Amino acid sequence: MSSNDTPIGAHPDMLGGIPDPEDTDYFVAPYDDGVSFDELPDSAPKERFRLSLTGWIGAIIVTFWVLIALFGSWIAPWGENDLPFPDDYSEFQTPREGAWLGTDVEDRDILSRIVYGAGRTIGISFAATVLAYVIGVILGIGAAVSGPKVDMVMSRINDAFLSLPTIMLGLVVVAAIGSSIPVLICTAGLIYATVVFRLARALGQEIMVMDFVEAAKARGEGRWWIITREIWPNAAMPLITDFGLRLIYVILFISSLSFLGLGVQPPQADWGSMVRENLGALQYGESIIPVLAPAFAIATLTVAINLVVDDVSAQAGGRLSKRL
Amino acid sequence: MTGLILRRLGIGLITVLAVSIIIFFGTKILPGDAAQIRLGQQATPENVAAFREKLGLDKPYWQQYLGWLSNFLRGDLGISLSSDVPITQLIADRYKNTVIVSCLTALIGVPISLMLGIMAAMFPGSLYDRVLTFISVSLVAAPEFFTATLLVLLFVFALDIGNAVVVGSTEGKGFFELISHFALPIATLSFVIASQLIRMSRAAVLNVMSSPYIEMAILKGVPRSRIIFRHALLNAIGPIVNVVALNLAYLVTGVIVVEVYFAYPGLATLIVQGVQSRDFVLIQGLGMIFCLTYVILMLIADIAAFASNPRLRHPK
Repeated sequence: MSSNDTPIGAHPDMLGGIPDPEDTDYFVAPYDDGVSFDELPDSAPKERFRLSLTGWIGAIIVTFWVLIALFGSWIAPWGENDLPFPDDYSEFQTPREGAWLGTDVEDRDILSRIVYGAGRTIGISFAATVLAYVIGVILGIGAAVSGPKVDMVMSRINDAFLSLPTIMLGLVVVAAIGSSIPVLICTAGLIYATVVFRLARALGQEIMVMDFVEAAKARGEGRWWIITREIWPNAAMPLITDFGLRLIYVILFISSLSFLGLGVQPPQADWGSMVRENLGALQYGESIIPVLAPAFAIATLTVAINLVVDDVSAQAGGRLSKRL
Repeated sequence: MTGLILRRLGIGLITVLAVSIIIFFGTKILPGDAAQIRLGQQATPENVAAFREKLGLDKPYWQQYLGWLSNFLRGDLGISLSSDVPITQLIADRYKNTVIVSCLTALIGVPISLMLGIMAAMFPGSLYDRVLTFISVSLVAAPEFFTATLLVLLFVFALDIGNAVVVGSTEGKGFFELISHFALPIATLSFVIASQLIRMSRAAVLNVMSSPYIEMAILKGVPRSRIIFRHALLNAIGPIVNVVALNLAYLVTGVIVVEVYFAYPGLATLIVQGVQSRDFVLIQGLGMIFCLTYVILMLIADIAAFASNPRLRHPK
């Protein structure tokens, strides 16, 4: 039989004819050539990541905003509260030389405030998400490995918080202790820790009972080996993609609070509070840029993160986070 | 089945109790004293003490909590600290406004987005599907006020219809006048829930479409439209009701930002004012209303999810 003629009804794998012996993908049989257990790979094969076009666009936009956030104070043409035209007192000036996006309600340069606001919005959100992860993962894994009673109590308390609209919780906390950047970070961190808790607990429970973990235990591997070589490779992708998603929600949450006047307080620039400050421009029909520019900045950032996350989770780890 | 629903209702009740505890004690740690705030700075300590006794603030916290809860259940939300008016009177008119906008959003936004989502699931991978998916993915991640700004840009600045701020009362206005009055908030909220609904309803139908009995129908040669409407959709109804309830619950959050954006005289603008003026009686009452709505919708979502799933309905 020549390699080109395919028998009718052959297995789909055989449709291309008999596989080429040079093509090593076909020949990974562990039973030949005396491969012993010592030579088995000790970690999952490295997965290659290929971002799609939209993924690349997202990644470039995110990188752009991160660079702005890090080096904003050097790039900004004006200071956060500087007046580019000190002699001209009219608010909401249209874009012109010296203020490429025009000026805001207090005659400050909108472009500079967006650059400064990038650092604050992204910094607060990132810190809050990291905090949510530290709390959520520690408690979630803790609940997964501890006894059923502890687990139930922790999960019930968590569910009570999960069943509240996040923005209401934020409102109550801010009403109670006032708004400052540390309060914002802690509030958002604690609120979103509830979601991370659920994910980490489910992941922990799921992986701990997997056959390969049992097998590793039976082989006599140490606890550290099991955590780093068996559990982490399986938990990493869902956690990383979820981190991206959570970051989006935290950015939206912080911006919404700021927009309601309960987040970052003036005169500090933050994208959400910029929308609020300049809402007058829209309501009196003067100009749309003062409102559109910060809103657009938030949208580009969150949509870009979403594009990257979608792309990554389509390739790995999407399974679990979709189910939760 | 009934047992399951009863159990779920029980859990819902416990959640509501937990929520009330969180809200009550959350606002209790506020600095300042209700009696002091109501009477102002000039009040003598004796007056304040007498007033505290009248308000029941001298009792232990748990008695205050029980009193507050039973008042709430009887529809008495207390008296506002900042304006000395009963909360029920403050919210009466605004409640109507918020309900109008939410219901109209649900009536307009839900059918349209369900239709779009199901159509996307009918032709997966088509240009229509990909464009719709891209738009909804983008809108899901964008903040509500970005969507609102785009709509204002389109309708107010480019087309010159509608207004960017909702002013005046709704009294004595005809139905169509009312709709043009509320058009932008409703459109914004519709977009906000549509972005979620389209994705989730598409996923729900596609999930059913990938099951073996649909494959069987395809192999039998059943026409595509018949497969969708007679075979797939009936089994997708449960997940879709679940998705709709979840998104209406989400509307509770969305409505806060959108109301403030359009300066809409609804409950949400009231609660933001309450937070700014530290009127915690108002925050407690409104917070409970918002959270109750949210919990009830989540409950409906849960019940729909297992009422539609025979495997959950008849556990082995």
